[in-house]
Amino acid sequence: MGIYDIAFWILTVMALGCALGVILSRNPITSVLFLIATFFAISGHYLLLNAQFLAIVNIIVYAGAIMVLFLFVIMLMNLNADVEPQKGRLVQLAGVVSGGVLLLVLLAALRTAHYPSLEATPNSIGLIENLGKVLFTQYVLPFEISSVLFLSAMIGAIVIGKKEDTQA
Amino acid sequence: MPIQPLHYMFLSLTLFCIGIMGVLIRRNAIIIFMCIELMLNAVNLLMVAFSKMYVDAGAQVFVFFIMVVAAAEVAVGLAVIVMMYRKVHSVDVNILNRLKH
Repeated sequence: MGIYDIAFWILTVMALGCALGVILSRNPITSVLFLIATFFAISGHYLLLNAQFLAIVNIIVYAGAIMVLFLFVIMLMNLNADVEPQKGRLVQLAGVVSGGVLLLVLLAALRTAHYPSLEATPNSIGLIENLGKVLFTQYVLPFEISSVLFLSAMIGAIVIGKKEDTQA
Repeated sequence: MPIQPLHYMFLSLTLFCIGIMGVLIRRNAIIIFMCIELMLNAVNLLMVAFSKMYVDAGAQVFVFFIMVVAAAEVAVGLAVIVMMYRKVHSVDVNILNRLKH
């Protein structure tokens, strides 16, 4: 069992445990912190898979920007753990059972599939030079379209979040 | 046993199903939104594993685009949640049942 395997299992346990913490903890702030830990574990997996650029981007964009936005909104709303209503036990049980059944079905369907094995030798496709070349030659049109998407999302967020002065 | 693509597949499927369970069992709109982010990340992880498996950079570019879409989605979605909080003073999704009556 090499260092790669040990790192894989540690990161896997961390990701799954923190993901369970996200959905089980009562306090929304704790959920956000668990989700940040999950994203760090997933970034570790990206490093193991030779996707260095995506590991850094995952930390910067998800753990840095998106989760700070979540934390901001939660603290703005001043949510308390004890006032948060819970779903009924039956509905919760139904949710867990249906999620577990979906997991079982997917695992059973895919466990006999055959894949080429992971390349043991490190490759350089995850480096920023190679990804940049692919992004700006093969995928340059989607890149430009995504900038338009960003602009429209920005304007949309401002329009939605604006106070309506016709009312009140 | 060396790490196979199947391990990554099991891991990301489990993460995805944890996200689905979170969406189903929670009533807080922000937590539901966070579970959707978790599901997106599970898909990203599988995509990166496949990228390594086939030694193809296209999958990593797709992960990059998924991150872009997720960032845009979070901006709009949190604006919607803030507006909902301003109207009904709660982030409980069970309050939003006006179409039922």
